[in-house]
Amino acid sequence: MQEQIMPTASPVLTADSITKSFLTTRVLDRVGLTLMPGEVHALLGENGAGKSTLIKILTGAYTHDSGTIRIDGVDVTPRDTAHAQELGIGTVYQEVNLLPNLTVAENLFIGRQPTRFGLVDRRRMERDARRILEPYGLEKLDVSADLGSYSVAVQQIVAIARAVDLSGKVLILDEPTASLDAREVDVLFTVVRRLRAKGLAIVFITHFMDQVFALADRVTVLRNGKLVGSKPIGDLTRMELVTMMLGHALEHESAMRIVKDRPRGERLATFQGYGLAGKIAPFDLNVHSGEVVGVAGLLGSGRTEMARLLFGIDSPDSGSATVDGRSVHLRQARDAIALGFGFCPEDRKTDGILGDLTVRENIMLALQARRGWAKPLSFKEQADLADKFVKALDIRTASVEQPIKLLSGGNQQKVILARWLATEPRFLILDEPTRGIDVGAHAEIIRMINRLCDEGLSLFVISSELEEIVAYSSRVLVLRDRQVVRELTQEDVSTASIMKAIAAEPGEVAA
Amino acid sequence: MKWIKPQYIAFLIVLLLNFALFRGFFTISIQDGRLFGSLIDVFNRGAPVAILAVGMTAVIATKGVDLSVGAVMAVAGAVAASLIQSGQPLGIVILAALGIGLLCGLWNGFLVAVLDLQPIIATLILMVAGRGIAQLMTEGRIVTFNDPGLIYIGSGALLTIPMPVVIAGVLMVVATLIMRRTALGLFIESIGVNRSASTYAGLRSKTLLIGVYAFCGLCASIAGLIAAADIRGADANNAGLWLELDAILAVVIGGTSLLGGRFSIPLSVLGALIIQGMNTGILLSGFPSEFNLIVKAFVVIVILMVQSPIVGNILTFMRPTPAPTAVPAPGEKTS
Repeated sequence: MQEQIMPTASPVLTADSITKSFLTTRVLDRVGLTLMPGEVHALLGENGAGKSTLIKILTGAYTHDSGTIRIDGVDVTPRDTAHAQELGIGTVYQEVNLLPNLTVAENLFIGRQPTRFGLVDRRRMERDARRILEPYGLEKLDVSADLGSYSVAVQQIVAIARAVDLSGKVLILDEPTASLDAREVDVLFTVVRRLRAKGLAIVFITHFMDQVFALADRVTVLRNGKLVGSKPIGDLTRMELVTMMLGHALEHESAMRIVKDRPRGERLATFQGYGLAGKIAPFDLNVHSGEVVGVAGLLGSGRTEMARLLFGIDSPDSGSATVDGRSVHLRQARDAIALGFGFCPEDRKTDGILGDLTVRENIMLALQARRGWAKPLSFKEQADLADKFVKALDIRTASVEQPIKLLSGGNQQKVILARWLATEPRFLILDEPTRGIDVGAHAEIIRMINRLCDEGLSLFVISSELEEIVAYSSRVLVLRDRQVVRELTQEDVSTASIMKAIAAEPGEVAA
Repeated sequence: MKWIKPQYIAFLIVLLLNFALFRGFFTISIQDGRLFGSLIDVFNRGAPVAILAVGMTAVIATKGVDLSVGAVMAVAGAVAASLIQSGQPLGIVILAALGIGLLCGLWNGFLVAVLDLQPIIATLILMVAGRGIAQLMTEGRIVTFNDPGLIYIGSGALLTIPMPVVIAGVLMVVATLIMRRTALGLFIESIGVNRSASTYAGLRSKTLLIGVYAFCGLCASIAGLIAAADIRGADANNAGLWLELDAILAVVIGGTSLLGGRFSIPLSVLGALIIQGMNTGILLSGFPSEFNLIVKAFVVIVILMVQSPIVGNILTFMRPTPAPTAVPAPGEKTS
């Protein structure tokens, strides 16, 4: 926060009441963003908060339904990336979107190479490239070498240099640090601070709290497509920021907790020192039948990685697993399924539904996979199974022969749930079971989680909705920076205690 | 009228056009205990592509493609011709030819499923290398043979029906039964629709993919045996040349999307017959056979246009608009 220019000038960019819907789903609801020259503006929010939609509107990938965008006081509507660049908005994405097989200079000038007699003037291009890169501390870089021969951090800076050279007013950095190590992050931050000092408005998207506090001047938080607030970073504590991102109403919390004293059954599975380097630090976990283990943590805290490990999608590089007192190896999903595990993944579309297949086929698939291809369920068995779950879970579909992609998000989620219930599982892992689901279905899924638990099923539920976790969890694991940092049990479980554990300073043991 | 598929109508139109060009098209006679006639010819000549299409259907249903089937035909033919020449018994010869096809398919499956190469590139390797291997085996010559057993596969007849037609028919029926009477067909469709979700649901996606490519290789070697037996020799340069494209076209005409998912083996076989019907028609019409390529290209364009989402949108757009859907449910969002 040093060398900060006080934003006394008028804003570079003002986005006001931006609204955007896809079909009937409103993903941005009257969201605003004001960028001052010479500020680093952190844009925060969980998955589905609307960050990326807002960025795509600013860079011309999407067009907003209503609202205004002003650059230096002039109304604009970016048509596409090129147009956005002309208007002064440049973007650098998490995955460097340059061409590693071209030279550094070519990457900087691609599409606008200086020419002489109609041919590319290579010498001039390389001279100009060095001039562009000089202020970034990369004056010694060999601009005629392939971009791919440099580290991701250098590529990232080259991408920034190109974006700034093309646009020059607003620079959007979409999770620029996701694939950088600590030293590289420092280098990147130095570059960003220099650009800030030169008067650029920088939008910084990240999931790392520390980086927000280290770099940002102001913070705008989105949640569920709505603007939660926009504040100078100096006015916020970690706790307040986490509260903006995750929690909305602490007041009606007390009424929510349903399961204070659920009897714990016998031990089903034990994971000891279970971990995978770079994904999730080794953790210990005991799962008893009839309990809900809630998992809370910000995006990128290792929640999904933990679930993938438990279900055998990824294999651990440390630790051991025991199920029913017997040592087991979970190397693939099939191994976990054979032990009675089930997994409703976070990304329903890519990992959950089989869009073109029918509701019936989507329900019977896991059971059929376990039986093997040679022992098919008869059509009648399949139809009975599907009918049973359509009724039991109140899945709204015209017929079980309907392709699942035609169902709403909540009903798709119920079908995936039915797919696992059909295998009569003992341990069900639910990753964000209520994401992208309307309010009615939301409540139903929570009721279902409670009912399944009462029937003796063990559940492992990951959610960004803290009230939800508090409502159904027997105990709660809190994750931060790919580590289990806290386990809350019994009366300790509350949204306040979870948020406190998430917001604790790194290194500090959340007490 | 759901059971009337556009492919039935297309086949009928092709046959009627043939009849319009050549009045004797539907005339069938029996000579030497074998059916003869233009219509029989369509089936007989269409059999190799139909056999390729059976295997190709399974591959395309997994969202893949196998460009190597033409080359595998040449390899299988070369193996059969070389072995029968060196005096091996017919059983061994056939097993060896089918075995080499299976092996080629396993190789493709390994590249696609284990190394995760894009199918079009993975199978391109064998498309190029396979023909080279076949040419090395035959030392660039056409290896001829006159073993009656082997020749029977190409030009014999069973109950007056030409052998290639019998083999294609049996293969089609058996493959369809295996796919649909077990859960195999569903699993293949699942992988094609969403491989990741299928793996999450507990399918052995890799094993299934390897199996599908191996099956496709097996089909290609059967087609290769027929092609070699038909000309009584293995022509490494021309056997199965460009037939991979006909096989892909047949599958696409049969309604299996190149994006994977739902498939129908019988409709793919019908697709192969439609292609052969067009070939025959152009021959009968007296147009130079080069026209065939242009007609085929035109058919491909039409089919791909019908499958393209953009055209789909235009067609939907032209339909009467449904009433606008209700206001968004509160709190609903995208993931």
